[in-house]
Amino acid sequence: MVEAQARTAQPILSANRISKSFGEIPVLFSIDFDVAPGEVHAIIGENGAGKSTLIKILSGIEQPTSGSIAYDGQTVVLPPDGKAEAMGIVLIHQELNLAEHLTVADSIFLGRELKRGPFLDVGEMRRQAAATMETLHVHVDPDARISSLSVADKQMVEIAKAISRDARVLIMDEPTAVLSVGETQTLFEQIRRLTARGVAVVFISHKLDEIMELANRVTVLRDGQLIATVGTEALTPDSIAQMMVGRELSNLYPPKHEPDVDAPVLLSVRNLSTKSVSNISFDLRKGEILGFAGLIGSGRTAVAEAVVGLTHKTGGDITLNGASVDFSRVAQSVHAGVAYMTKDRKGKGLLLNMGLRDNLTLLTLEKHMRMGFIDTASEDRALDRAVRRFDIRARDAAVAVGRLSGGNQQKLMLGKTMESEPDIIIMDEPTRGIDVGTKQQIYHIIAALAAEGKAVIVISSELQEVIGLSHRVVVMRTGRIAGVLEGAEITEEEIMRYAAGIKQSGNDERISA
Amino acid sequence: MSVSAPEVAPKARSGFRWDLKTVGPLLALALLVLLGITLNENFLSYNNITNVLARSSFIGIIAIGATFVITAGGLDLSVGSMAAVIAGVMIMVMNWLIPVMGVGWGVILAGMAAGILLGGVAGVGNGLMITRGRIEAFIVTLGTMGIFRSLVTFLADGGTLSLNFQVADVYRPVYYDGLLGIPYPILVFALVAIGGEIVMRRTSFGRHCAAIGSNEQVARYSSISVDNVRLITYILQGLLVAVAVLLYVPRLGSASSTTGVLWELEAIAAVIIGGTTLKGGYGRVWGTVVGVVILGLIGNILNLQSFISPYLNGAFQGVIIILAVLLQRPRRAS
Repeated sequence: MVEAQARTAQPILSANRISKSFGEIPVLFSIDFDVAPGEVHAIIGENGAGKSTLIKILSGIEQPTSGSIAYDGQTVVLPPDGKAEAMGIVLIHQELNLAEHLTVADSIFLGRELKRGPFLDVGEMRRQAAATMETLHVHVDPDARISSLSVADKQMVEIAKAISRDARVLIMDEPTAVLSVGETQTLFEQIRRLTARGVAVVFISHKLDEIMELANRVTVLRDGQLIATVGTEALTPDSIAQMMVGRELSNLYPPKHEPDVDAPVLLSVRNLSTKSVSNISFDLRKGEILGFAGLIGSGRTAVAEAVVGLTHKTGGDITLNGASVDFSRVAQSVHAGVAYMTKDRKGKGLLLNMGLRDNLTLLTLEKHMRMGFIDTASEDRALDRAVRRFDIRARDAAVAVGRLSGGNQQKLMLGKTMESEPDIIIMDEPTRGIDVGTKQQIYHIIAALAAEGKAVIVISSELQEVIGLSHRVVVMRTGRIAGVLEGAEITEEEIMRYAAGIKQSGNDERISA
Repeated sequence: MSVSAPEVAPKARSGFRWDLKTVGPLLALALLVLLGITLNENFLSYNNITNVLARSSFIGIIAIGATFVITAGGLDLSVGSMAAVIAGVMIMVMNWLIPVMGVGWGVILAGMAAGILLGGVAGVGNGLMITRGRIEAFIVTLGTMGIFRSLVTFLADGGTLSLNFQVADVYRPVYYDGLLGIPYPILVFALVAIGGEIVMRRTSFGRHCAAIGSNEQVARYSSISVDNVRLITYILQGLLVAVAVLLYVPRLGSASSTTGVLWELEAIAAVIIGGTTLKGGYGRVWGTVVGVVILGLIGNILNLQSFISPYLNGAFQGVIIILAVLLQRPRRAS
């Protein structure tokens, strides 16, 4: 019913023949876009297709170079710096914009605090915040500090903030990129409640199945051009993907080459425990891709960080090539040939204000030293190699890495990790927030590494990815290994059964399968 | 952010970016020199220039240490008081040793060694409290600033510590003489600056400082020993303060509670004018040198003319600092 309504309703926000250039560089070419009350309109496209620029224009943060915006049928110039919020257009950024030290109630009323006389009306704000959270069916204490919340809850606070501002258009930049499956479903329920109340939702996602599930219409962008705006019912995930990249994506995942049955075990972890995980045991063989699945917060990253010495382990043994090791610093694990690639490329992986070269060699600077000094020519050669091998695209090597698209950042981070020439590579969410074309490239790189005789651990929240890549899958739940799957057992349903705690295998049963 | 069309495979090159951020401080320096020449014909004279540079060299040497501290995301407010206490202790050590060693270079070298040692120890103290104690650099060095200042007052018993006249006569040339007409302080300043620039640009220590100041987490995940690198920046700062004091003591031959007052702020100002970002992540030593010279020239030019009161020196310096940061502010992300 909501859908039918969306079809007939007048658009609340529309962009007419919007073009945008940054300096000399055109980013968007004459884009038409609109969204109606009660409708979910998804925008999809590869990294660099112009999605972020489009929503920045729709929310007033950027002004179009040409073309116009109409709101409620009136041509308007949206005020910059988020002031369009007062008009009812709210953008929720991919990196949530919440002050970590404020409470939930403070955050919801930030910038328009309720007052009694000259003083803050704390009680009333708390009451209204609680009421807003109530309408969302979210159970978050209005007095909780933002820093104490999970990412999913923080997102709910952002949504509550938007609702309390009477948002009529809610624009979300990849809201599900950091959410687990369950959290995504909760978010979608919220979005459906909002659209039922007549809110228009614009939504960027890389996940085709989510778009099929949630959106009424989909706009596909490619290289700044509008490829199509189509009703979701006329689409299949394949046809969207094809429109995005302009080519067939027949083999997103490379064929799996099983490791030899007698391939030696490179890494063996026994009863590893830290503050957040306990009793973790698994083996990793030469040439193997071992998937780590589980909900967000199930401890997968904690295991990886404990193995490479980023976090302190409270117990357990790690054996590398048959020799017992105990890394307390990352430098030790890097020297031993174990590299960890973080999932947080902006916060922990790359120096966003620096150029490509300094980032690439940061982990392995000692390789480029000559008589105590950095040999920049040697670094430049390494960058040339990495650019070719990982197909990194940037205007020039001096451009700050923060200005690259997510996919190119990810490929640069992969290059940086591989500079240490590891035998064992632990990749945490290797394709988070990047486009299908780049994902495919990364999948093929991972498969090639395994085929070369490296051993790879892939931690991923995308089940398809874990299934498509892994020879075996470790499923984690609440800091423990819930099960290890291999061969035909590796299915979405089976992984979810373990991840959700419906099924549980004995601890030692299948450790060294 | 997402610009796709022009993204082509980058050519690796260590190019020089010719933008306002780079030329800004140089441009300001050139303008000041031009202004100086128009105001007074003696401005470019050998005496005037060596005088300005020699006086700037103390702050300059300290500011080069501060460049590393700030690039690595730290701050050291204690350098001015540290300089005073090092000067005081050096003078006391030299005076004590005269009965034992007699007047001569032996006493002076012993005093210098004591100064360097004290600078290093003070740096280790600051650094350990910040890295191992996990206390904000601002708080730690604010604390040690007070401690050092009060120590020098205590050692001087509220008055002035004076170096024995005969020793002072032997020591004097270190400030007033020079090589090939260039005073020693300027030579030392130049050596420290060249060394500092090389360390910042061409060693892993310099690169690691920038990485830590840019994002400590990234540095940690990239196998950099964040605490050690930080600690070394504070030790380096302490040692450079001591080097500056070695050149300062022969100038006046005394130390008191007013020695080195506000040096920390002048050093930080020079670093910022030079284009190093106060929150860390990017530093350039040559910029700091330019910054120090700019600050020195402002005072000098005010003294060489008669239209504006030289008492407004601080105001002009303040304006320059604010302008420098304003011009170097990153343009809004597009």
